[in-house]
Amino acid sequence: MAETKATLAKADGAATRVFAPIVLLALLALAPTLSNAVDNPFLIRLFTRAVIFAMAAVALNVVLGYGGLVSLMHAGLAGIGAYAVAILAFHDYDGSKFVGIFPGTGNLAISIPLAMILAGLGAAITGVVSLRTSGAYFIMITLAFNQMLYYFFVALQKYGGDDGLQILGSLDFFGLDVSKRATFYYFALAALTVETAFFALLVESRFGIILRACAQNERRVVALGVPPLRYKVAAFAISGAAAGLAGAMWATGQQFVSPSDLSWVRSGDYIVMAVLGGMGLVWGPVLGAIVYVLLEAFLPAWTQFWQAPFGVVVILIVVFLRGGLLDLVGAKGARGNGGGRG
Amino acid sequence: MSGPILSIRGLEKRFAGIVATNNLSLDVQAGETHALIGPNGAGKTTLIAQLQGELTPDGGAISFDGADITREPAWRRARLGIARSFQITSVFPAFTALQNVALAAQARERHGFRFFKNASADSALTRPAMEALTTIGLDSRADIVAEDLSHGERRQLELAMALAMKPKLLLLDEPMAGMGRQDGQRMTKILAGLKQNYAILLVEHDMDAVFALADRVSVLVAGAVIATGDPAAIRSDSAVKAAYLGHKG
Repeated sequence: MAETKATLAKADGAATRVFAPIVLLALLALAPTLSNAVDNPFLIRLFTRAVIFAMAAVALNVVLGYGGLVSLMHAGLAGIGAYAVAILAFHDYDGSKFVGIFPGTGNLAISIPLAMILAGLGAAITGVVSLRTSGAYFIMITLAFNQMLYYFFVALQKYGGDDGLQILGSLDFFGLDVSKRATFYYFALAALTVETAFFALLVESRFGIILRACAQNERRVVALGVPPLRYKVAAFAISGAAAGLAGAMWATGQQFVSPSDLSWVRSGDYIVMAVLGGMGLVWGPVLGAIVYVLLEAFLPAWTQFWQAPFGVVVILIVVFLRGGLLDLVGAKGARGNGGGRG
Repeated sequence: MSGPILSIRGLEKRFAGIVATNNLSLDVQAGETHALIGPNGAGKTTLIAQLQGELTPDGGAISFDGADITREPAWRRARLGIARSFQITSVFPAFTALQNVALAAQARERHGFRFFKNASADSALTRPAMEALTTIGLDSRADIVAEDLSHGERRQLELAMALAMKPKLLLLDEPMAGMGRQDGQRMTKILAGLKQNYAILLVEHDMDAVFALADRVSVLVAGAVIATGDPAAIRSDSAVKAAYLGHKG
């Protein structure tokens, strides 16, 4: 009897863990078709924005929802990835070399992995410092690092400084021309799918278990014989690399990147998306990003002060759905670390 | 007996002028169950924390299994074979009982940088975890999330986690804390079964349990050991009576 119940619970868990995100991603794949049908290119731009924000929010949630780490520097880490793609494209276009040594490239098969490595390295280096602290101190240090990255790119006059950097040349992925809206959308959605699947495996692995355990009771992790810092730094680096991927996609899709994409407010937006969607499952923030982008697009038509009703919506969701929008789609009781929310 | 597995010499620990550990020396022999008793505030938990590595002593030396561990970090001591169960239950509330113990088994195996294989389906971890739960009598509750377990069950889980580390020395800080009479008796029985296989340093207030389990007893008062001996000798020691047992009537 008890066993049947446990088996049912497991099947139920599998449904929300595996089935629901597949359905969600399949629905997202319909966006270009829908956009064509109603002959409104605005829709596909909207969903492109949602998919890329989702990539950043999913990346953030691995350390936020599973590691209990409130990072305010994920916009900065995504920015590293975005500028990596844009700067390589810049040198590719004018034939010059980066710091006089490295040639540029418009091939995303080179620049995206590079963007991820650089963002991951940035996360690892800042993580070694910031992850020695916790709570409010961690939040403040990541905020400071985010601002350092912001002003670093503002200071890069050669790459547009304050005005940002336009990508003038063409970008491709192994010959796939990503300048077409629909093509790029499917490309970004594929990247989001791979990212989500990767993290879904990661959080259930030995590594993921240690990360989640650290969030619940770090003292006990130490007492069991596991030094937490190296695992937290590794998790932060992996999360940073994924944020770098989101940034690279952002720069590719916009053909433009500017320091404003790195503002700490954007970091806060990613947190809102994760909380809104639900931090208890890897794909929860995808829901959050979609809702965020839709509200951001349609509320201004209703009132110029759209942030006010937006805030009310966020508050209502957080108060009434403790697990975020995941609760609405039947993933109630889903757990991330999941000690954070008790 | 092949000499002490744990040897403490002249240990000192002060907190802002309060002497918590005062020139404390103590040996735990291989295979023995050594009970540490003393009034509240005697420094028992402070001593356990210094042995486990959570606190660093101000002076003195600790050697374990022949090696000086006074400056070793806590996680390395755990790997060397020191397992602590906490006075205030310290488990992973969102994990199931099995996951809690499997993590302890995983810590022992050391392969933490594996990113894809599902850890909860890894029999290399779940098998030893299930064994530890069975030893402790908690196997029927393996799939229950720790925060839904009763207080007594969580005390048992705490102990199962320590066992899954396959330690050489168990530091048990009041394993019966907050337990009712029945749970306490069950725990005493469990510990009696364990004492064949482990060296144990047991801090406990329950005198029935202490005298039932201990091979030797040390009495800690104001951070110093005032007496060490077999249970019968401690029971009749006049200094101990005056300092401690006397208060209990």
